[in-house]
Amino acid sequence: MTFRNALTLNINGSEHEVFIEPHWTLLDVLRREIGLTGTKENCIEAECGVCTVLLDGKAVCSCILLAMQAAGRSITTIEGLGTPDALDPLQVAFLKHGAVQCGYCIPGMILTAKSFLAEHPGTPTRHEIREAISGTLCRCTGYQKIIDAIADAGAEGAQAAS
Amino acid sequence: MINFQYSRPGDIADAVRQIAADPRAKFIAGGTNILDLMKYDVERPAHLIDISRLPLTGVEETASGGMRIGALVPNSDLSYHPLIEARYPILASAIRAGASQQLRNMASTGGNLLQRTRCLYFYDVATPCNKRAPGSGCSAIDGINRQNAILGTSDACIATHPSDMCVALAVLEAKVHVAGPAGERVIAFEDFHRLPGKTPERDTNLAPNEIITAIELPARGFAKNYTYIKIRDRHSYAFALVSVAAALELEGKTIKEARLALGGVAHKPWRNKEVEATLNGQPATRESFRSAADALLRDAKGFGHNDFKVELARRAVVRALTQAAQGTPQSQSNKKIV
Repeated sequence: MTFRNALTLNINGSEHEVFIEPHWTLLDVLRREIGLTGTKENCIEAECGVCTVLLDGKAVCSCILLAMQAAGRSITTIEGLGTPDALDPLQVAFLKHGAVQCGYCIPGMILTAKSFLAEHPGTPTRHEIREAISGTLCRCTGYQKIIDAIADAGAEGAQAAS
Repeated sequence: MINFQYSRPGDIADAVRQIAADPRAKFIAGGTNILDLMKYDVERPAHLIDISRLPLTGVEETASGGMRIGALVPNSDLSYHPLIEARYPILASAIRAGASQQLRNMASTGGNLLQRTRCLYFYDVATPCNKRAPGSGCSAIDGINRQNAILGTSDACIATHPSDMCVALAVLEAKVHVAGPAGERVIAFEDFHRLPGKTPERDTNLAPNEIITAIELPARGFAKNYTYIKIRDRHSYAFALVSVAAALELEGKTIKEARLALGGVAHKPWRNKEVEATLNGQPATRESFRSAADALLRDAKGFGHNDFKVELARRAVVRALTQAAQGTPQSQSNKKIV
Protein backbone atom coordinates (compact mmCIF):
# COMPACT_ATOMS: atom_id res chain seq x y z
CA MET A 1 0.00 0.00 0.00
CA THR A 2 1.42 3.37 -0.95
CA PHE A 3 0.11 6.66 0.28
CA ARG A 4 1.01 9.73 -1.76
CA ASN A 5 0.37 13.30 -0.77
CA ALA A 6 0.43 16.50 -2.78
CA LEU A 7 2.76 18.99 -1.17
CA THR A 8 3.80 22.55 -1.94
CA LEU A 9 7.21 23.58 -0.68
CA ASN A 10 8.60 27.11 -0.62
CA ILE A 11 12.28 26.71 -1.47
CA ASN A 12 14.60 29.69 -1.96
CA GLY A 13 11.58 31.93 -2.56
CA SER A 14 9.91 29.72 -5.22
CA GLU A 15 6.98 27.35 -4.83
CA HIS A 16 7.49 23.73 -5.86
CA GLU A 17 4.66 21.19 -6.27
CA VAL A 18 5.62 17.62 -5.42
CA PHE A 19 3.69 14.40 -4.95
CA ILE A 20 5.38 12.39 -2.23
CA GLU A 21 5.21 9.46 0.15
CA PRO A 22 4.95 10.51 3.81
CA HIS A 23 8.24 8.87 4.82
CA TRP A 24 10.32 10.93 2.39
CA THR A 25 12.53 13.39 4.20
CA LEU A 26 13.07 16.96 3.08
CA LEU A 27 16.57 15.85 2.04
CA ASP A 28 15.08 13.13 -0.24
CA VAL A 29 12.72 15.63 -1.86
CA LEU A 30 15.30 18.40 -2.31
CA ARG A 31 17.82 16.15 -4.04
CA ARG A 32 15.66 13.62 -5.86
CA GLU A 33 12.42 15.45 -6.68
CA ILE A 34 13.58 19.07 -7.06
CA GLY A 35 17.16 18.44 -8.18
CA LEU A 36 18.78 20.76 -5.65
CA THR A 37 21.86 18.65 -4.98
CA GLY A 38 23.81 21.34 -3.12
CA THR A 39 22.32 19.86 0.06
CA LYS A 40 24.43 16.79 0.75
CA GLU A 41 23.52 13.34 2.03
CA ASN A 42 25.69 11.34 4.38
CA CYS A 43 24.77 9.87 7.76
CA ILE A 44 20.98 10.38 7.47
CA GLU A 45 20.64 10.46 11.28
CA ALA A 46 21.49 14.07 12.15
CA GLU A 47 25.00 13.22 13.31
CA CYS A 48 27.05 14.94 10.60
CA GLY A 49 25.15 18.08 9.52
CA VAL A 50 26.03 18.00 5.79
CA CYS A 51 22.27 18.06 5.00
CA THR A 52 21.71 21.30 6.95
CA VAL A 53 19.21 23.75 5.42
CA LEU A 54 17.42 26.76 6.88
CA LEU A 55 13.79 26.33 7.91
CA ASP A 56 12.24 29.74 8.56
CA GLY A 57 15.83 30.98 8.87
CA LYS A 58 17.04 28.37 11.37
CA ALA A 59 19.51 25.57 10.70
CA VAL A 60 17.93 22.11 10.75
CA CYS A 61 19.04 18.70 9.52
CA SER A 62 16.95 17.94 6.43
CA CYS A 63 17.68 14.21 6.77
CA ILE A 64 15.57 13.95 9.89
CA LEU A 65 12.74 16.26 8.87
CA LEU A 66 9.74 14.82 7.06
CA ALA A 67 9.10 16.82 3.89
CA MET A 68 5.42 16.93 4.90
CA GLN A 69 6.44 18.88 8.01
CA ALA A 70 8.06 21.60 5.91
CA ALA A 71 4.77 22.54 4.20
CA GLY A 72 4.09 26.26 4.36
CA ARG A 73 7.49 27.07 5.80
CA SER A 74 10.34 28.92 4.17
CA ILE A 75 13.22 26.63 3.14
CA THR A 76 16.66 27.98 2.17
CA THR A 77 19.28 25.72 0.61
CA ILE A 78 22.83 26.64 -0.38
CA GLU A 79 21.51 27.40 -3.89
CA GLY A 80 19.43 30.21 -2.36
CA LEU A 81 22.36 31.91 -0.67
CA GLY A 82 24.07 34.49 -2.87
CA THR A 83 24.82 34.23 -6.59
CA PRO A 84 28.16 33.77 -8.38
CA ASP A 85 28.20 37.54 -8.95
CA ALA A 86 27.02 38.52 -5.48
CA LEU A 87 28.20 35.97 -2.94
CA ASP A 88 26.87 35.86 0.59
CA PRO A 89 29.37 37.41 3.05
CA LEU A 90 29.93 33.95 4.55
CA GLN A 91 30.81 32.55 1.12
CA VAL A 92 33.24 35.42 0.60
CA ALA A 93 34.81 34.75 4.00
CA PHE A 94 35.17 31.00 3.35
CA LEU A 95 36.97 31.77 0.06
CA LYS A 96 39.16 34.45 1.63
CA HIS A 97 40.29 32.16 4.46
CA GLY A 98 40.76 29.03 2.34
CA ALA A 99 38.21 27.29 4.56
CA VAL A 100 37.23 24.74 1.91
CA GLN A 101 39.07 21.53 1.04
CA CYS A 102 36.96 18.69 -0.39
CA GLY A 103 33.87 20.85 -0.02
CA TYR A 104 31.34 18.17 0.89
CA CYS A 105 30.46 19.68 4.28
CA ILE A 106 30.60 23.28 3.11
CA PRO A 107 26.94 23.84 2.07
CA GLY A 108 25.84 22.56 5.47
CA MET A 109 28.65 24.38 7.25
CA ILE A 110 27.80 27.74 5.67
CA LEU A 111 24.09 27.38 6.47
CA THR A 112 24.92 26.29 10.04
CA ALA A 113 27.01 29.45 10.39
CA LYS A 114 24.35 31.59 8.70
CA SER A 115 21.74 30.54 11.25
CA PHE A 116 24.14 31.02 14.16
CA LEU A 117 25.27 34.52 13.11
CA ALA A 118 21.67 35.61 12.48
CA GLU A 119 20.73 34.59 16.01
CA HIS A 120 23.92 35.88 17.63
CA PRO A 121 24.70 39.21 16.01
CA GLY A 122 27.98 40.77 17.06
CA THR A 123 31.35 39.14 17.37
CA PRO A 124 31.04 35.63 18.79
CA THR A 125 34.00 34.09 20.59
CA ARG A 126 35.84 31.16 19.05
CA HIS A 127 34.39 28.94 21.78
CA GLU A 128 30.88 30.00 20.76
CA ILE A 129 31.61 29.35 17.09
CA ARG A 130 33.06 25.92 17.85
CA GLU A 131 29.97 25.00 19.84
CA ALA A 132 27.66 26.35 17.11
CA ILE A 133 29.23 24.16 14.41
CA SER A 134 29.64 21.07 16.60
CA GLY A 135 26.78 19.35 14.75
CA THR A 136 28.41 19.83 11.34
CA LEU A 137 31.44 17.65 10.75
CA CYS A 138 34.40 18.45 8.47
CA ARG A 139 36.95 15.68 7.96
CA CYS A 140 39.47 17.74 5.94
CA THR A 141 40.21 21.15 7.31
CA GLY A 142 40.68 20.69 11.05
CA TYR A 143 38.13 23.50 11.44
CA GLN A 144 40.57 26.34 12.20
CA LYS A 145 40.08 28.15 8.88
CA ILE A 146 36.33 27.56 9.02
CA ILE A 147 36.26 29.21 12.45
CA ASP A 148 38.42 32.07 11.10
CA ALA A 149 35.95 32.56 8.25
CA ILE A 150 32.88 32.54 10.48
CA ALA A 151 34.53 34.94 12.95
CA ASP A 152 35.42 37.24 10.07
CA ALA A 153 31.91 37.15 8.59
CA GLY A 154 30.46 37.80 12.07
CA ALA A 155 32.75 40.81 12.56
CA GLU A 156 31.87 42.15 9.09
CA GLY A 157 28.17 41.76 9.86
CA ALA A 158 28.57 43.55 13.18
CA GLN A 159 30.43 46.38 11.45
CA ALA A 160 27.81 46.67 8.72
CA ALA A 161 25.04 46.80 11.34
CA SER A 162 26.70 49.52 13.42
CA MET B 1 12.33 3.81 6.91
CA ILE B 2 8.93 2.13 6.60
CA ASN B 3 6.00 3.96 5.07
CA PHE B 4 3.12 5.15 7.22
CA GLN B 5 -0.09 7.10 7.16
CA TYR B 6 0.38 10.80 7.89
CA SER B 7 -2.19 13.11 9.45
CA ARG B 8 -2.17 16.62 10.85
CA PRO B 9 -4.84 17.19 13.52
CA GLY B 10 -6.48 20.62 13.70
CA ASP B 11 -6.44 21.02 17.46
CA ILE B 12 -5.44 19.25 20.69
CA ALA B 13 -8.82 17.50 21.02
CA ASP B 14 -8.47 16.17 17.48
CA ALA B 15 -4.92 14.95 18.24
CA VAL B 16 -6.13 13.10 21.34
CA ARG B 17 -9.04 11.59 19.36
CA GLN B 18 -6.71 10.40 16.62
CA ILE B 19 -4.17 8.78 18.97
CA ALA B 20 -6.93 7.11 21.02
CA ALA B 21 -8.51 5.72 17.83
CA ASP B 22 -5.35 4.12 16.45
CA PRO B 23 -3.11 2.01 18.71
CA ARG B 24 -0.50 1.78 15.92
CA ALA B 25 -0.15 5.58 15.81
CA LYS B 26 2.54 7.81 17.32
CA PHE B 27 2.80 11.55 17.63
CA ILE B 28 5.56 13.41 15.80
CA ALA B 29 6.64 16.94 16.78
CA GLY B 30 10.28 17.90 16.08
CA GLY B 31 10.86 14.32 14.93
CA THR B 32 14.52 14.23 15.98
CA ASN B 33 14.12 11.03 18.00
CA ILE B 34 11.14 9.19 16.48
CA LEU B 35 12.53 9.39 12.92
CA ASP B 36 15.93 8.24 14.15
CA LEU B 37 14.29 5.26 15.86
CA MET B 38 12.28 4.49 12.73
CA LYS B 39 15.43 4.46 10.62
CA TYR B 40 16.88 1.89 13.05
CA ASP B 41 13.67 -0.16 12.91
CA VAL B 42 13.19 0.29 16.67
CA GLU B 43 9.87 2.09 16.10
CA ARG B 44 7.49 0.97 13.36
CA PRO B 45 4.39 3.17 13.65
CA ALA B 46 1.71 2.63 10.99
CA HIS B 47 0.50 6.18 11.44
CA LEU B 48 2.29 9.40 12.40
CA ILE B 49 0.13 12.17 13.82
CA ASP B 50 1.95 15.45 13.15
CA ILE B 51 1.28 17.71 16.12
CA SER B 52 3.96 20.24 15.17
CA ARG B 53 1.40 22.87 14.07
CA LEU B 54 -0.71 22.80 17.24
CA PRO B 55 -0.83 26.16 19.06
CA LEU B 56 1.47 25.12 21.92
CA THR B 57 4.34 27.54 21.29
CA GLY B 58 3.78 30.17 23.99
CA VAL B 59 6.16 31.06 26.81
CA GLU B 60 4.10 32.97 29.36
CA GLU B 61 4.29 34.16 32.93
CA THR B 62 1.84 32.50 35.31
CA ALA B 63 -0.25 34.19 38.00
CA SER B 64 1.88 32.52 40.69
CA GLY B 65 5.08 34.11 39.41
CA GLY B 66 6.29 31.12 37.42
CA MET B 67 6.37 30.40 33.69
CA ARG B 68 4.31 28.17 31.43
CA ILE B 69 6.14 26.78 28.40
CA GLY B 70 4.15 25.37 25.50
CA ALA B 71 5.06 21.78 24.63
CA LEU B 72 6.07 22.76 21.09
CA VAL B 73 8.51 25.55 21.97
CA PRO B 74 11.79 24.56 20.27
CA ASN B 75 14.63 23.84 22.70
CA SER B 76 16.76 26.66 21.24
CA ASP B 77 13.97 29.26 21.54
CA LEU B 78 13.44 28.25 25.15
CA SER B 79 17.13 28.42 25.96
CA TYR B 80 17.47 31.95 24.53
CA HIS B 81 14.14 33.30 25.85
CA PRO B 82 15.06 36.44 27.85
CA LEU B 83 12.88 35.54 30.85
CA ILE B 84 14.21 31.98 30.97
CA GLU B 85 17.80 33.25 30.74
CA ALA B 86 17.14 35.77 33.52
CA ARG B 87 15.04 33.72 35.92
CA TYR B 88 15.89 30.09 35.15
CA PRO B 89 19.47 30.17 33.84
CA ILE B 90 19.99 26.57 34.98
CA LEU B 91 17.40 25.52 32.39
CA ALA B 92 18.91 27.66 29.63
CA SER B 93 22.35 26.24 30.45
CA ALA B 94 21.24 22.59 30.50
CA ILE B 95 19.51 22.93 27.12
CA ARG B 96 22.65 24.43 25.56
CA ALA B 97 24.70 21.53 26.90
CA GLY B 98 22.64 19.12 24.80
CA ALA B 99 22.68 18.01 21.16
CA SER B 100 23.71 20.41 18.38
CA GLN B 101 22.45 23.76 17.12
CA GLN B 102 20.39 22.02 14.41
CA LEU B 103 18.76 19.54 16.79
CA ARG B 104 18.00 22.21 19.40
CA ASN B 105 16.29 24.20 16.62
CA MET B 106 14.13 21.18 15.73
CA ALA B 107 13.45 19.45 19.05
CA SER B 108 10.38 20.43 21.07
CA THR B 109 10.05 20.93 24.82
CA GLY B 110 7.55 18.07 25.20
CA GLY B 111 9.54 15.79 22.92
CA ASN B 112 12.66 16.33 25.00
CA LEU B 113 10.89 14.69 27.96
CA LEU B 114 9.87 11.74 25.80
CA GLN B 115 13.29 10.90 24.36
CA ARG B 116 14.08 7.21 24.47
CA THR B 117 17.32 5.90 25.91
CA ARG B 118 20.45 5.79 23.78
CA CYS B 119 21.48 2.40 25.22
CA LEU B 120 23.36 0.65 22.41
CA TYR B 121 21.22 -2.47 22.71
CA PHE B 122 17.91 -0.61 22.62
CA TYR B 123 19.01 0.68 19.19
CA ASP B 124 20.37 -2.68 17.99
CA VAL B 125 17.33 -4.74 16.98
CA ALA B 126 19.47 -7.86 16.55
CA THR B 127 20.04 -8.08 20.33
CA PRO B 128 17.77 -8.78 23.31
CA CYS B 129 16.42 -5.68 25.09
CA ASN B 130 13.61 -5.64 27.64
CA LYS B 131 12.79 -2.03 26.86
CA ARG B 132 12.37 -2.66 23.13
CA ALA B 133 11.13 -6.26 23.29
CA PRO B 134 9.77 -6.99 26.81
CA GLY B 135 10.89 -10.35 28.16
CA SER B 136 13.79 -10.76 25.74
CA GLY B 137 16.47 -9.95 28.33
CA CYS B 138 18.99 -7.16 28.91
CA SER B 139 22.13 -7.20 26.77
CA ALA B 140 23.70 -4.24 28.55
CA ILE B 141 24.10 -5.81 32.00
CA ASP B 142 26.89 -8.07 30.72
CA GLY B 143 27.61 -6.02 27.61
CA ILE B 144 29.20 -2.71 26.64
CA ASN B 145 27.63 -0.58 29.37
CA ARG B 146 29.88 2.48 29.53
CA GLN B 147 26.85 4.79 29.00
CA ASN B 148 24.51 2.89 31.31
CA ALA B 149 23.03 3.52 34.73
CA ILE B 150 24.53 3.13 38.22
CA LEU B 151 21.49 4.13 40.30
CA GLY B 152 17.92 2.82 40.39
CA THR B 153 18.67 -0.05 38.01
CA SER B 154 16.81 -3.37 37.91
CA ASP B 155 17.60 -6.88 36.73
CA ALA B 156 15.56 -6.05 33.64
CA CYS B 157 17.18 -2.78 32.53
CA ILE B 158 20.13 -0.47 33.19
CA ALA B 159 19.27 2.19 30.60
CA THR B 160 19.67 5.92 31.26
CA HIS B 161 17.45 8.84 30.32
CA PRO B 162 19.48 10.91 27.85
CA SER B 163 18.09 14.43 28.39
CA ASP B 164 20.04 17.38 29.77
CA MET B 165 17.00 19.67 29.90
CA CYS B 166 15.13 17.24 32.14
CA VAL B 167 17.89 17.28 34.76
CA ALA B 168 17.34 21.03 35.17
CA LEU B 169 13.54 20.60 35.17
CA ALA B 170 13.91 18.04 37.98
CA VAL B 171 15.82 20.55 40.11
CA LEU B 172 13.29 23.29 39.35
CA GLU B 173 10.42 20.91 40.30
CA ALA B 174 8.53 21.63 37.10
CA LYS B 175 5.02 20.34 36.46
CA VAL B 176 3.97 18.55 33.30
CA HIS B 177 0.54 19.48 31.92
CA VAL B 178 -1.05 16.75 29.83
CA ALA B 179 -4.33 16.24 28.00
CA GLY B 180 -6.09 12.97 27.24
CA PRO B 181 -9.52 11.49 26.52
CA ALA B 182 -10.48 11.97 30.20
CA GLY B 183 -9.44 15.63 30.19
CA GLU B 184 -6.38 17.42 31.52
CA ARG B 185 -4.11 16.56 34.43
CA VAL B 186 -0.86 17.76 35.95
CA ILE B 187 2.06 15.43 36.74
CA ALA B 188 4.83 16.48 39.13
CA PHE B 189 8.19 16.22 37.38
CA GLU B 190 9.53 13.62 39.82
CA ASP B 191 6.53 11.40 38.99
CA PHE B 192 6.77 11.82 35.22
CA HIS B 193 9.70 9.52 34.42
CA ARG B 194 9.84 6.00 35.87
CA LEU B 195 12.47 3.65 37.16
CA PRO B 196 12.77 0.51 35.02
CA GLY B 197 11.65 -2.11 37.57
CA LYS B 198 10.04 -5.05 35.81
CA THR B 199 8.49 -2.87 33.08
CA PRO B 200 11.36 -0.99 31.42
CA GLU B 201 9.28 -0.66 28.24
CA ARG B 202 7.45 2.16 30.03
CA ASP B 203 9.70 5.22 30.27
CA THR B 204 7.10 7.57 31.73
CA ASN B 205 3.72 7.70 33.45
CA LEU B 206 2.17 9.41 30.44
CA ALA B 207 -0.64 7.20 29.08
CA PRO B 208 -0.33 6.18 25.42
CA ASN B 209 -3.32 8.33 24.48
CA GLU B 210 -2.18 11.43 26.34
CA ILE B 211 -0.32 14.45 24.97
CA ILE B 212 1.97 16.87 26.81
CA THR B 213 0.60 20.40 26.42
CA ALA B 214 2.91 22.48 28.64
CA ILE B 215 5.67 22.55 31.24
CA GLU B 216 5.08 24.80 34.20
CA LEU B 217 7.98 26.26 36.15
CA PRO B 218 7.37 27.32 39.77
CA ALA B 219 8.44 30.85 40.72
CA ARG B 220 11.76 29.83 42.30
CA GLY B 221 14.49 29.79 39.70
CA PHE B 222 17.68 29.71 41.83
CA ALA B 223 19.16 32.22 39.38
CA LYS B 224 21.92 33.32 41.75
CA ASN B 225 23.54 30.07 42.85
CA TYR B 226 23.27 27.33 40.26
CA THR B 227 25.23 25.35 37.72
CA TYR B 228 24.85 22.60 35.15
CA ILE B 229 27.95 20.48 34.62
CA LYS B 230 28.03 17.86 31.90
CA ILE B 231 30.86 15.35 31.56
CA ARG B 232 31.06 13.41 28.31
CA ASP B 233 33.49 11.57 26.08
CA ARG B 234 34.02 14.63 23.85
CA HIS B 235 33.36 18.28 24.55
CA SER B 236 30.39 18.79 22.25
CA TYR B 237 27.49 16.88 20.82
CA ALA B 238 27.68 13.80 23.02
CA PHE B 239 25.40 12.36 25.65
CA ALA B 240 26.35 12.77 29.30
CA LEU B 241 28.41 10.19 31.11
CA VAL B 242 27.47 12.12 34.22
CA SER B 243 25.78 15.49 34.55
CA VAL B 244 24.80 17.48 37.61
CA ALA B 245 22.32 20.30 38.06
CA ALA B 246 22.92 22.05 41.37
CA ALA B 247 20.87 24.88 42.85
CA LEU B 248 21.46 26.53 46.21
CA GLU B 249 19.83 29.13 48.34
CA LEU B 250 22.44 30.60 50.65
CA GLU B 251 22.31 32.77 53.73
CA GLY B 252 25.77 34.19 53.95
CA LYS B 253 27.96 31.09 53.80
CA THR B 254 25.29 28.76 55.14
CA ILE B 255 23.13 26.58 52.92
CA LYS B 256 19.43 27.34 53.42
CA GLU B 257 18.25 24.96 50.72
CA ALA B 258 20.07 22.64 48.32
CA ARG B 259 18.75 20.86 45.27
CA LEU B 260 20.69 18.37 43.18
CA ALA B 261 19.79 16.26 40.18
CA LEU B 262 22.03 13.88 38.25
CA GLY B 263 21.84 12.98 34.58
CA GLY B 264 23.45 10.05 32.76
CA VAL B 265 23.29 7.80 35.82
CA ALA B 266 19.70 6.53 35.98
CA HIS B 267 16.51 5.77 34.08
CA LYS B 268 15.28 9.22 35.11
CA PRO B 269 16.85 12.45 36.34
CA TRP B 270 18.12 11.30 39.74
CA ARG B 271 17.22 13.19 42.91
CA ASN B 272 17.53 12.18 46.54
CA LYS B 273 15.69 14.68 48.73
CA GLU B 274 16.89 13.09 51.98
CA VAL B 275 20.49 13.71 50.99
CA GLU B 276 19.67 17.22 49.82
CA ALA B 277 18.06 17.94 53.21
CA THR B 278 21.27 16.98 55.03
CA LEU B 279 22.92 20.00 53.40
CA ASN B 280 20.39 22.45 54.80
CA GLY B 281 21.91 24.52 57.61
CA GLN B 282 25.43 23.30 56.77
CA PRO B 283 28.31 25.59 55.80
CA ALA B 284 28.87 25.78 52.04
CA THR B 285 32.22 24.02 52.19
CA ARG B 286 33.96 21.24 50.34
CA GLU B 287 33.53 18.98 53.39
CA SER B 288 29.73 19.42 53.34
CA PHE B 289 29.63 18.85 49.59
CA ARG B 290 31.83 15.74 49.80
CA SER B 291 29.68 14.25 52.52
CA ALA B 292 26.50 14.84 50.46
CA ALA B 293 28.16 13.37 47.36
CA ASP B 294 29.20 10.25 49.31
CA ALA B 295 25.65 9.79 50.60
CA LEU B 296 24.14 10.37 47.15
CA LEU B 297 26.32 7.68 45.56
CA ARG B 298 26.31 5.22 48.50
CA ASP B 299 23.99 2.76 46.76
CA ALA B 300 25.45 3.26 43.30
CA LYS B 301 26.53 0.11 41.47
CA GLY B 302 28.49 -0.20 38.24
CA PHE B 303 28.27 -3.03 35.73
CA GLY B 304 31.88 -3.19 34.58
CA HIS B 305 32.46 -0.66 31.83
CA ASN B 306 30.61 2.04 33.78
CA ASP B 307 32.18 1.45 37.22
CA PHE B 308 34.10 4.71 36.80
CA LYS B 309 30.85 6.67 36.88
CA VAL B 310 30.45 6.18 40.64
CA GLU B 311 33.58 8.17 41.52
CA LEU B 312 33.07 10.53 38.56
CA ALA B 313 29.57 11.37 39.81
CA ARG B 314 30.88 11.97 43.35
CA ARG B 315 33.48 14.41 42.10
CA ALA B 316 31.04 16.08 39.70
CA VAL B 317 28.59 16.69 42.56
CA VAL B 318 31.31 18.34 44.66
CA ARG B 319 32.41 20.45 41.69
CA ALA B 320 28.83 21.46 40.86
CA LEU B 321 28.01 22.47 44.42
CA THR B 322 31.26 24.46 44.54
CA GLN B 323 30.39 26.30 41.31
CA ALA B 324 26.85 26.96 42.54
CA ALA B 325 28.01 28.25 45.93
CA GLN B 326 30.59 30.55 44.31
CA GLY B 327 28.05 31.87 41.81
CA THR B 328 30.32 30.82 38.95
CA PRO B 329 28.10 28.61 36.77
CA GLN B 330 29.57 26.39 34.07
CA SER B 331 29.92 28.01 30.63
CA GLN B 332 28.38 25.87 27.89
CA SER B 333 30.55 27.39 25.16
CA ASN B 334 33.93 27.31 26.91
CA LYS B 335 33.68 23.74 28.16
CA LYS B 336 36.58 23.95 30.59
CA ILE B 337 35.30 22.91 34.02
CA VAL B 338 36.78 25.14 36.73
